[in-house]
Amino acid sequence: MLEFTKSETTEKKDRRDFLKMLGLTIGAAGAVTTFTSTTLGATNLNSSKSTLSLIGPDGDLVEVDPAKLQMAEEIVSDSELLREYQRRGREGIPGKKWVMVIDLAKCQNARKCMEACQGAHELRPEQHHINVLRMQDTPDTAPYFMPKPCFHCDNPPCVKVCPVDATFKRQDGIVLIDNLRCIGCRFCVAGCPYSARIFQWSEPDMTEEEKLRTYDVELNVPQRKGTISKCLFSADRLRIGKLPYCVSACPNGVYWFGDKNEDAVTNGTTGETVRFSDLVRDNAGYTMHEEFGTKPQVFYLPAKDRRVPYDEANRMTTQN
Amino acid sequence: MAEVNSPSLTERKPLSQIFKDLITPIKTVSFSSKVWDRFLILIIIWGTFAYIHQLQSGLGITAMRDYSTWGVYISNFVFLVAVSLVGFLLTAILKLTGIKWATPISRIAELVAVAAVMFAGLSIIVDMGRPDRIHHIPLHGRFSSPIVWDITVVNIYLIMSVIMLYLPMIPDLAILRDRYTDAPSWKKKLYTLLALDWKGTDEQYKLLNRANRIMMILIMPVALGIHTVTSWLFAVNSRTGWDSTIFGPYFVSGAFVAGTAAVIIAMYVYQRAYKLDAYITGKHWDMMGKLLVLVSLVYLYFNINEFLVPGYKMKKLDAEHIRALFVGHEAPLFWSVQILGMIIPIILLIFKPFRKPLPMMIIALFVLVGGWLKRFLIVVPTQFHPTFPIQNVPENFMVYHPTLAEISITLALIAGVLLIMTWFVRLFPIIPIWEIAHEEGYHQVEEEAKKPESAE
Repeated sequence: MLEFTKSETTEKKDRRDFLKMLGLTIGAAGAVTTFTSTTLGATNLNSSKSTLSLIGPDGDLVEVDPAKLQMAEEIVSDSELLREYQRRGREGIPGKKWVMVIDLAKCQNARKCMEACQGAHELRPEQHHINVLRMQDTPDTAPYFMPKPCFHCDNPPCVKVCPVDATFKRQDGIVLIDNLRCIGCRFCVAGCPYSARIFQWSEPDMTEEEKLRTYDVELNVPQRKGTISKCLFSADRLRIGKLPYCVSACPNGVYWFGDKNEDAVTNGTTGETVRFSDLVRDNAGYTMHEEFGTKPQVFYLPAKDRRVPYDEANRMTTQN
Repeated sequence: MAEVNSPSLTERKPLSQIFKDLITPIKTVSFSSKVWDRFLILIIIWGTFAYIHQLQSGLGITAMRDYSTWGVYISNFVFLVAVSLVGFLLTAILKLTGIKWATPISRIAELVAVAAVMFAGLSIIVDMGRPDRIHHIPLHGRFSSPIVWDITVVNIYLIMSVIMLYLPMIPDLAILRDRYTDAPSWKKKLYTLLALDWKGTDEQYKLLNRANRIMMILIMPVALGIHTVTSWLFAVNSRTGWDSTIFGPYFVSGAFVAGTAAVIIAMYVYQRAYKLDAYITGKHWDMMGKLLVLVSLVYLYFNINEFLVPGYKMKKLDAEHIRALFVGHEAPLFWSVQILGMIIPIILLIFKPFRKPLPMMIIALFVLVGGWLKRFLIVVPTQFHPTFPIQNVPENFMVYHPTLAEISITLALIAGVLLIMTWFVRLFPIIPIWEIAHEEGYHQVEEEAKKPESAE
């Protein structure tokens, strides 16, 4: 059974700080352990208090001596790390089929998802991997808020039209964008009927330090001028067994996220795990505009019994 | 047709006169022509600066944003590809169907084609966010992308058009080699090299005609291909306004309109600048006027289909798009283009007095400018009617008004096309000398060319 850690524990925070000191992100941990074992021989496993728990390349937990890690960091060049990120980024996580369920009844337009996402992916306030829209289908029906990430379609029009394989569909269902490959033709933006993609029209707002980070295709950071960016289902977080940024940031229990193969989704707010098929069936779940034949992998639960009254919804939108 | 094939001997021009008339533009460059090309070069330099600025700052200096992700650069591309299709119409379709009146203007048409398609390719590069990664296309190209098809077919069309411009020019190059004796040495070398030792033997003419014919046939699928594939860049997307099954023929028919108009303007300029009244005659104006009416009527038919059918159904998103075009934000531009660029030109050109050089040139200008704006109307407004509403973005994401940089680069691309057309005439005869001479009943043109010019 899939276990998601709801919030970061203190040790994990330490680990994160430690890795930051090394100039690495948490997402890099898998690669570091790989290189530790290949370049320094077998990893020393010891039970002293100072060891680190890192996720190995196969998803197993490895205990690593920070001293070894420090050595490994010196040996691992940027290009080697980059190659490893690219390899695993294109391959995906074997055996998984990620799926998201968005409960429209619960969304109150808190926009914590948007904030968390923009923070993680170095986006400007007007750039959205996930965008909370105010929808009203007909004049007679009630308005509702609709968080709109990338739908990670099983028949993705964006991937079909990309001339250089910069955007691709992985075995775990995630549609990623490689901003080292992208030529900036923006055909995928035209091709996506859900407006899920954004373009870096100018130099992204990043510090010099951030710009120097090794590019992780699963995080799409550093962002690059003249290339595409989009929702990645937080592939970097999934790799370390965590829920996506938006999902964990939601205060209102809107998001369920999980593995379709396991038929289990976990709520990002409550931590509750339920059967995906039950959730979607019992709550009349559906996908958006499936008439395009895109087979979206983000499911919506209808906006019934909304917590936000009609007037409230109106008021909140006029502010924007 | 008959009078072209059997010119009356009393009226026929002396061969030396034909040589003189058609070689003179190459020998002397007029002052106005020099001013004209300096002007074009200035525009190109200005546009190049704008492009360097764009390279440094990113496409953010354009008015394009996440919703209006394609703007005037893509409009330029579609427009230039459209204009280039006229080469195929005038040199392949008309010649293969045995229509001979277009002979004197076939080289103008082919030149327009080559110049336009060259800069069409550049327009795409200008639009790229990362032109430094252009090698990724051959390196990582995926055949499922219509861009890869488009690049393939545009390049093939460019190569084939250059061949189709060059092949019928070989006898002329030989004439220039032999006749244009006071040419600068680099020009002499160029003509000698390009003339491929042409002597004008029956054997050589047989080969040349066969090669021309093969090219005319081969260019058909490629020419239809470039504009059909270009239309697919839009039609393959599930977006209202682009999601159309008739985009291929709609684009091709529109291309014939824009290209014919471009050739009419070029005919006017060349005729005036180089005193070619004896070669581009009233008959040519008359026929080109009729041709423009014909292709415009076909285009009108596709326009009616393209807008009336979705306009009748008024599906939710189609309705938004069609309202914007018919009565909304885009309406002034849309109706100007349809009325001034298509309907009025059709009506006027039906009447013979308008099929004269000056009125036709003015009408063709309206058609050509309308043609560009029509591409803009196809590319841009659709993007403002996405499936989900445009929200939580700044105001400038919801409109598209091209910036100075975009306009500068666009003008530079157009200036590039015009510069090629200007310089070509200083090197090569714009009217096919040998074809005119043959039509006038002269043979052994190559032998005659070798004879020294008689004192005048």
